[in-house]
Amino acid sequence: MNIYESFSMAMKNIRSNKTRSILTMLGIIIGVAAVIIITGMGNGMEIYMREQFESMGTNTMYVSVWGRSGSGMNVDDMQDIVDNSEYLDKMTPSISFQGSKKIGTESLDNTGITGVSEQYLDINAMEISGGRNIQYMDIKNRSSVCVIGSYVNRKYFGGQSIGEKIKINGRDFTVVGVVDEKADSTEYSSDNFIIVPYSTLARMMNIKNSDQFTVTFKDDDKSAEAKKELEDAITEYYSGDSDTFYIQSMTEILDMMNQMTDIMITILTIIASISLVVGGIGIMNIMLVSVTERTKEIGIRKALGAKERYIMNQFVIEAAVTSAFGGVIGIILGYIGSAIFTKIILILFAENMVVKPTIFAVMVSVGISAGIGVFFGYMPAKKAARLNPIDALRYD
Amino acid sequence: MTPLIEFRDVSKIYNMGDSVVKAADHISFSIYKGEFIAIVGQSGSGKSTCMNIIGCLDVPTEGEYILGGKNVGKMNKNELAEIRNEMLGFIFQQYNLLPKLNLVENVEMPLMYAGVGRTERRKRAEEALEKVGLLDKEKHLPNQLSGGQQQRVSIARALVGNPSVILADEPTGALDSRTGREVLRILQKLHKAGNTVVLITHDNSIAATAERVIRLEDGRKVYDGPSSDPKAFVQANYHLDEDDDKEGGIE
Repeated sequence: MNIYESFSMAMKNIRSNKTRSILTMLGIIIGVAAVIIITGMGNGMEIYMREQFESMGTNTMYVSVWGRSGSGMNVDDMQDIVDNSEYLDKMTPSISFQGSKKIGTESLDNTGITGVSEQYLDINAMEISGGRNIQYMDIKNRSSVCVIGSYVNRKYFGGQSIGEKIKINGRDFTVVGVVDEKADSTEYSSDNFIIVPYSTLARMMNIKNSDQFTVTFKDDDKSAEAKKELEDAITEYYSGDSDTFYIQSMTEILDMMNQMTDIMITILTIIASISLVVGGIGIMNIMLVSVTERTKEIGIRKALGAKERYIMNQFVIEAAVTSAFGGVIGIILGYIGSAIFTKIILILFAENMVVKPTIFAVMVSVGISAGIGVFFGYMPAKKAARLNPIDALRYD
Repeated sequence: MTPLIEFRDVSKIYNMGDSVVKAADHISFSIYKGEFIAIVGQSGSGKSTCMNIIGCLDVPTEGEYILGGKNVGKMNKNELAEIRNEMLGFIFQQYNLLPKLNLVENVEMPLMYAGVGRTERRKRAEEALEKVGLLDKEKHLPNQLSGGQQQRVSIARALVGNPSVILADEPTGALDSRTGREVLRILQKLHKAGNTVVLITHDNSIAATAERVIRLEDGRKVYDGPSSDPKAFVQANYHLDEDDDKEGGIE
């Protein structure tokens, strides 16, 4: 008797007890579907985050420099480092302005003003939708110009802001450009900002240096090399003192967030797997009942020459097939559930995060569910195989 | 000529808690190829124990059981299963067909465990069903058949592997007398075709179908000879006398 025959025998038995088989499978179905949806969510979240980060640029590093006196680093010196490097591409300082900002008589309390270089928009993957960007000459001349986000444009100027004035610390800044909408143009989104030439702001605040920089590198794959190069350069700048700055790359942040997602998903998957174990126990329970019910059959089969091994195979394969079937149904449900959750997320958060099951998770689910069948089917099968044929034949 | 079945001083002792039951007590006999033999006795006489041992479902506690030259008493469970499959064809009182399998699948079963391939198996099972006149119902389930028909299927199943011994345990026990006779006629036919048939029964009239009778009482062999001898059917244990009272009667 070969495996194929044991398999078709198992199929016959499962078919002849449809309701019971489906109820037995239920635990496995729910477990597998849950594992697939949860890992799919994790996968979807990682893809979503990567896309979000890519839109900001994964080739970005945030540099905090406090130097030796705590006053930050000269912007031109940082520009020199970037210009003379192998891997680094662009840089902008980020000088935050704290002080009064008004449009007419209205105060802008929640709008951040940042002093930046002309490369700021490029680095942050932003585009001008009207007017122009801050230019090198603006920086050189410390011009009183600014570029604003779409929220500011719409809210305070009704979309017609070019040439209008914004009062910063009592000084008039002319709006020269508007940035294309990046989020949804609401107050707390990334569309609510004002950028000005860093040199103008530094002069107003009476500072020379910036303590925050954003630096990009040329090749996405050379994140580590770029970071090392920048570290070495700043260390050298401070005569070998490396305790003067801190660099965090976007890739690192992404990795960290991915790691957090992974941990969260792993925990959720383990919780979902409990259902698989419970399902397995359900299978064991039903198989034990089945062995008792079929004692006479086992006796007959043994009398006709079935060795223990065959009886054993028959029951183990039946348990494994039941469980694997549950696994397959669970996968189908998992995919349907993933599609439903994608829609729910879209409706609730207006974010297009696709719940995307991984092939790996699917394969592991099938493997585990069949494995559970074998594992939990073993004990009842052993019991069946060990039955004494005389007693089994006499059983009614 | 060496016997096909040989009991050498076979005893079977069961420990039932405190008491010890001697279900078979030093039984010896030989059965030769081609014989039609009935093992007859009342319930408790040890005939079921003998049938279990002959059928390799059980092994003797003492003595030796030789089947086809092999000492069965020394075999393990798997070897016993193999020998049952190769050498024995069982016919049970309750037919013992599997209710979820159709007739031809039921008949195929011993061949499946013997490792015979699918097509060959089907062919041989159909031949066996034809012998008992049920080939036209091969796709039916057992419960769609009458008792007599089911017993014929079980005979087909017993025959399909060409066993050395056909072992029939009260084969007419669940049948009315007409269908019972029909089954006995099939057994006689099988015997005439050269098969060795061992019939286990409590019923003298059925035992009389066989050529030779072994009568058991209280685990002991009390008669072994031709069924034509009137002594074959004298039941000693119904002759109550004073000795019995003294030994084990109720006081």
